[in-house]
Amino acid sequence: MQTINFLKPNRDNIKNYSIIGSFLVLVSLIDVISNAFLKINLTSFLPGSLTTLFPLIIGLIGLNMMRIDYSGNKTLDLLNKNINTNNFNALLTLLILFSIIKALPQSLSWMIFDATISGDSKDACTGTGACWTYIKVWFRRFMYGMYPNEFHWRINTAFILVIGLGFVGYFMKENLKKYLALYYVIIYPVIAFLVIYYLISGGSFGLQWVETGAWGGLSLTFIVSFFCLIFCFPLGMIFALGRRSNLPAIKYISICYIEFWRGVPLITVLFMSSVMFPMFLPEDFFMDKLVRVIIAITLFEAAYCAEVIRGGLQSLPRGQYDAAKSLGMGYWKMHIFVILPQALKLVIPGIANTFLALVKDTPLIFVVGLAELAGMLALAKTNPKWLGFAMEGYIFASIIFWIICYAMSKYSYNLEAKYKTER
Amino acid sequence: MSDPIIKIQNMNKWFGDFQVLKNINLEVEANKKIVVCGPSGSGKSTLIRCINRLEEHQEGDIIVDGNELSEKTKDIEKIRAEVGMVFQQFNLFPHLSIIDNCTLAPIWVKKMPKKEAQELALDQLKKVQIDDQANKFPGQLSGGQQQRCAIARALCMQPKIMLFDEPTSALDPEMIKEVLDAMVSLAKGGMTMIVVTHEMGFAKEVADEVIFMDEGMIIEKADTKEFFANPKSDRTKLFLSQIL
Repeated sequence: MQTINFLKPNRDNIKNYSIIGSFLVLVSLIDVISNAFLKINLTSFLPGSLTTLFPLIIGLIGLNMMRIDYSGNKTLDLLNKNINTNNFNALLTLLILFSIIKALPQSLSWMIFDATISGDSKDACTGTGACWTYIKVWFRRFMYGMYPNEFHWRINTAFILVIGLGFVGYFMKENLKKYLALYYVIIYPVIAFLVIYYLISGGSFGLQWVETGAWGGLSLTFIVSFFCLIFCFPLGMIFALGRRSNLPAIKYISICYIEFWRGVPLITVLFMSSVMFPMFLPEDFFMDKLVRVIIAITLFEAAYCAEVIRGGLQSLPRGQYDAAKSLGMGYWKMHIFVILPQALKLVIPGIANTFLALVKDTPLIFVVGLAELAGMLALAKTNPKWLGFAMEGYIFASIIFWIICYAMSKYSYNLEAKYKTER
Repeated sequence: MSDPIIKIQNMNKWFGDFQVLKNINLEVEANKKIVVCGPSGSGKSTLIRCINRLEEHQEGDIIVDGNELSEKTKDIEKIRAEVGMVFQQFNLFPHLSIIDNCTLAPIWVKKMPKKEAQELALDQLKKVQIDDQANKFPGQLSGGQQQRCAIARALCMQPKIMLFDEPTSALDPEMIKEVLDAMVSLAKGGMTMIVVTHEMGFAKEVADEVIFMDEGMIIEKADTKEFFANPKSDRTKLFLSQIL
């Protein structure tokens, strides 16, 4: 019979080691789980501090015994390579596992098992868990802001129309494909603006006027992000090209623009747009606050877009410019057909980054009195009838923002894959 | 004798303080094949890049097909459209397929109908024997195939002059021959060519004249046979003894 060296596991006794090792890890996990879920301390017979450390020590010994190089067992190899390369990593693995297990019962019971969703007032929430009633009651406010309830269909229809128009590009005929860029850069924003103006604002076609101050909630988040996204991208492109121009006037204007907007905080820009800007305008000239805010954010984000795009332009080898020039292409043809398609493809991750930041910056418009999703939350949590439910509100908002941003980042990955032509 | 299609007179060029080209005088007649050789850093590439104004010269005149190149030249694109260029690094457009690489400039610069441009491109691709790769992307082709495509792309503009900037220097030895073959058949078709290359075999086969450059100056300019048989300057002799 072979002797088993417990300190230095090797391949010869792989079966013994892995069985004993996994058993020890299992014991440590069972101990933590029973502790967290059933509130039973299996190791209460041990003295004080040792009780808390027991699963960690047992788990570490177990993982140490399982750490056999080239064991031949695929699962074991994978495990060792990824979470169990040395004692320190094993320790981290265990600590992370334990904290997840420890946190799970509390959060689950708070979010689901002890939560309340029935009823329609604060009184329904008597349990120790989350009060989803609050979200339920305020749901329409979170989605549509102060927009009158009976007109919510107008917002829904407008969004469906705008999204539908966005997909037109997929169904365009082959011979119209060359107008695609024109459509998305100029026609689509204009149509989208008209749809939103006439449907959501109303005032004509027998639709009652709803002022933008009443707009809010998630729909306002969408409106602001949508317009800022589609306007800041072409604008950023123009300034990126401008900054690389050979003409000094254009070059320095672009540099000034980019450095100015990158140097000021968004919150001051928003303040300026809503408080200071009207003072400079003639008395009879009126521009809606929402429009001013959208313009402000667009100009602000365009500067960031410009720098991201410039990065892409600079990463192209000089030979591409040479080749395009040698074929007789002028500045615009060269950029439209050769340089920009390649540069923009390179900057998809950076642009996605900027766009995600933009979407998550929209809550800042709260400072000028426009309450989109996060703004509505702030209003709702200070409502005297519903004090004390900030947590539920913020969890709700973060889930919604996460879904939006995750969808956007997924989409950007798809774009990258779609336009990948080399290698 | 006809008027030269390219005429360079007393041309000087500086990169900052460094003078790359010193007092260049060169005349190239239509349908002639010129090979430019010399050690690296001698200004060969810069010289031919000046001919379609990818580089700007500071002094002297360059006249291409009757048009003088200077800051005042407004329609430089028109001149460039008549001067094809092939680069050491191929410089194909990686986001376009081979056929689109070839049709892009004819369609958008020469306003050629798409169908005609495609027929022309396929014709040119056939001449360099890669018409079967037309729908692939440059990244999927070997270096030699890419360079042949680059030649076809330049020819699709139906240029009067072709410039070659070390077209085989970035290629595997095995692929050099296929590119040189394409160039030889082009030369036999009567194209005016200026070729910067170290392929002396190619020079002997097709060149009418050989130019030897060193330190930004044209050291020697002679008929091909004369150049290889009895070079005049010592610098040329040294260069030839090392390269042959």
